[in-house]
Amino acid sequence: MTIGLTHYLTVAALLFVIGVFGIFVNRKNVIVILMSIEMILLAVNINFAAFSAYLHDISGQIFAMFVLTVAAAEAAVGLAILVTFFRNRGDIAVDDASVMKG
Amino acid sequence: MPLQAIAFYVLAAVTVVAALRVVTAKSPVHSVLFLILTFVSAAGLFVLLGAEFLAMLLVVVYVGAVAVLFLFVVMMLDIDFAKLRQGYVQYLPIGLIVAAVLLGEMIMVSGAVATKGPAAGHEILAAPANISNAQAIGRVLYTDYVYYFQAAGIVLLIAMIGAIVLTLSHKAKVKRQDIGSQVNRPRKGAVAVVSVKSGEGIGG
Repeated sequence: MTIGLTHYLTVAALLFVIGVFGIFVNRKNVIVILMSIEMILLAVNINFAAFSAYLHDISGQIFAMFVLTVAAAEAAVGLAILVTFFRNRGDIAVDDASVMKG
Repeated sequence: MPLQAIAFYVLAAVTVVAALRVVTAKSPVHSVLFLILTFVSAAGLFVLLGAEFLAMLLVVVYVGAVAVLFLFVVMMLDIDFAKLRQGYVQYLPIGLIVAAVLLGEMIMVSGAVATKGPAAGHEILAAPANISNAQAIGRVLYTDYVYYFQAAGIVLLIAMIGAIVLTLSHKAKVKRQDIGSQVNRPRKGAVAVVSVKSGEGIGG
């Protein structure tokens, strides 16, 4: 059997769902939450590349590059916030981080 | 089964299993290593799609930069990870329900899009004939999308500045050179003209 668009979309859907699941079950561990977000963005990228290949349009790959850029920036800033948070509190339990609550 | 199908199934299986291990691993270091495996096998999927440039970019950016950054932070912070795993079982049922519903919906939609959508019945074509994938991307990226390209650069610049501002800290105890105050020091108080008697010296 040949590999079609559905196959790639299914893999991307699985990755996306695993990312969402990871955010649900690792609610306290912000590092794993950030990794889950990276996996969700990877799933989006797989969708972009798959549609780009099957629609014969290179723009999808360009957009995937921009998603990659934003993901890298997000990881850098997220981890910087994490380091600062750890420095201030000595812990990274995110469900305690309700100081800014009104 | 053609070689391409075998490659797809192997890479897809490795991607999904590694992704599952990312969210279920006990130690975050293992999570990061499985994240690297996920990205590498996803890069393989990109190669199968004909998006070689994107695949190499994925390896360079994610494995080379982001994953190493994660590993660095995980190893730098001294955290009790056993404590952070509390509540894992508590949130497992709702997580599974949401994941199952989401997966069902997404697979249904992707099946419909793939069979009835504009891409139905097409074959893979990553770049026009007789130019490479990277060449095709370059031709579009630096012409039609040049402003977006510049905007992406600005996003990275702002992220870099933000990360530096957030993590840079000056400790009060550390003595540093302050060039401004050195240059601004007045002549008075720094130099004194003293007339010294011959044969006696300053000390007397």
